[in-house]
Amino acid sequence: MIGRLVVLALVLFMTLPTLVVVVASFNPTAILSFPPQGLSLRWYENALTYPQFRRAALNSLIVTAASAALALPIGTAAALALVRYPVRLRGLWNTALLSPLVVPGVAAGLGLLILAARLGLLANRVVLIVAHVVLVLPFVIRSVMVSVANLDPMLERAAASLGARPWRVFRRVTLPLLRPGLFAALLFAVIVSANEFVVSLFVSTRVTEILPVAMFTYVVNYTDPTMAALSTLFVAATFAAVFLADRLLHLSRVFQIEGHR
Amino acid sequence: MTGKAVVALEAVSKAYGATRALDGIDLAVHEGELLSLLGPSGCGKTSTLNIVAGFIEPDAGRVLLDGQDVTRQPAWRRGLGVVFQSYALFPHMSVADNVAFGLRERRMGRREAEARVAEALALVRLPAAGAMRPSHLSGGMQQRVALARALVIRPRVLLLDEPLAALDRKLREEMRAELREIQRAVGITTIFVTHDQHEALGLSDRVAVMNAGRIEQLGTPREVYQRPATGFVADFIGASSALEGRAVDAGTVELAGGQRIAVRLPRPLEPGTRVRLLIRPERVEPGDGGANALPARVASVMFLGDHAEVRLELPGGARVLAVVRGTVVVEPGDRLTVTLPPDAFLEAP
Repeated sequence: MIGRLVVLALVLFMTLPTLVVVVASFNPTAILSFPPQGLSLRWYENALTYPQFRRAALNSLIVTAASAALALPIGTAAALALVRYPVRLRGLWNTALLSPLVVPGVAAGLGLLILAARLGLLANRVVLIVAHVVLVLPFVIRSVMVSVANLDPMLERAAASLGARPWRVFRRVTLPLLRPGLFAALLFAVIVSANEFVVSLFVSTRVTEILPVAMFTYVVNYTDPTMAALSTLFVAATFAAVFLADRLLHLSRVFQIEGHR
Repeated sequence: MTGKAVVALEAVSKAYGATRALDGIDLAVHEGELLSLLGPSGCGKTSTLNIVAGFIEPDAGRVLLDGQDVTRQPAWRRGLGVVFQSYALFPHMSVADNVAFGLRERRMGRREAEARVAEALALVRLPAAGAMRPSHLSGGMQQRVALARALVIRPRVLLLDEPLAALDRKLREEMRAELREIQRAVGITTIFVTHDQHEALGLSDRVAVMNAGRIEQLGTPREVYQRPATGFVADFIGASSALEGRAVDAGTVELAGGQRIAVRLPRPLEPGTRVRLLIRPERVEPGDGGANALPARVASVMFLGDHAEVRLELPGGARVLAVVRGTVVVEPGDRLTVTLPPDAFLEAP
């Protein structure tokens, strides 16, 4: 009983900020206040028609898609190497590849800013994409590593003994069996990239900035509930993605380490 | 030895770091024979199989398939059938797709492949399992599918890596007999890796007993059991009791208890030297059989149904294991006479 109450309190505590934002987004008045004084969709209209948000949304789409498309194969290769092969200095590699998780975003952003300026790429999306690939990689590598660890190497030997050359072994055995890890990796990559803010703030301009950065800029200048409306849409989109992924791909299974027979 | 070598290993060595997994293995496997690699874990039997299969490369030496050097050839080019201890069935494919895997890699037409898959599944007596998933099959059935998958490509050689180890005892014995029947019917040259001496003795045409990366003895099951070449082989295969003593003359040994026994060994003994004699339990005969009849006391009895293992103590403390039929009643403490036939002894080096 007490346990249930604690869980309930925890759930409430974790979801309360989101709920406040959702409720505030329907507020008809021009200030962010709680509780709301009525119900209105005007801020949703404003959010969806504001030109800079539209531009930023497109940027977000491009950067997230490109970084996921790059991070997935790179991360898969890294995960296979780290689990399977006697890599020299494995610990060092592991740490280096996972370091974006612990390096403060400000430091990473500043470093990238200096590099980008030096290379004359400041106003270029390439810098943003590279930054996102780096930030997303730890999640991709971790997810795929779980699947690789669950993959019985004997299966690949069996395939080879049946006449499959290495590429065919990868296509017909390795890749299909890594699928759960790859889906999890894709989901992580998209969520992390779509929500990335600190590093992106450093390396984007008004033209290349992604949605979270645009939202921040907006909040600095205006205090109306447009932000709340956009945040609500953002949360809804993320929820929908996770829900669909779970339904279609049985994501919950991915996070369990299943012993092979 | 008859027949030509289908698989030949010449001075094959392999080390993992400082450990020598294989230390100069020479081995020839002949057409149609079933050869077992028998030994304790870590003896190098699986490494040997992996080198034949092409999964690992030896540090030194050559691997020949039908006289051709395949030492540097990758596994997928060798055309050998492998059955793994874990079966290694592809979990994301149906049984039929598992069996058809190697045929697809050979770009065989769909109709012909289907016919071959059906034929292979019939051979392992699973004609109706094609549409099932491997995870829905019992261990014994998975084992059969793995065998069908390996045989369907009509491999030059069949390699079996402890294929029965994961099965429970009754099933293991059934599969052992069936495996032998299928191997005979197909007539395929087979290398069988096992740590189970009963499997090796019961299945094989020849047995290579391995220890610490070397082949201790290569011979028919009868040879390795009845005439072990080394102390390790005598110890590892079959139960045997050891008797310590001192050679009195070329054919007589005085045991620790003072008894003098006659022995007929392949080489004469040097008088005065210490000897360690081994005797198989089934060669210890109850009753007075003439030469070497000794008084003994029953120390313990293990009744095993069809037979009983009886531990006998000779005057002086030496212990000898004997096997009697299950119908014979003996109790601990009984005194009796046993005969140790002179030609029953092996000398432990």
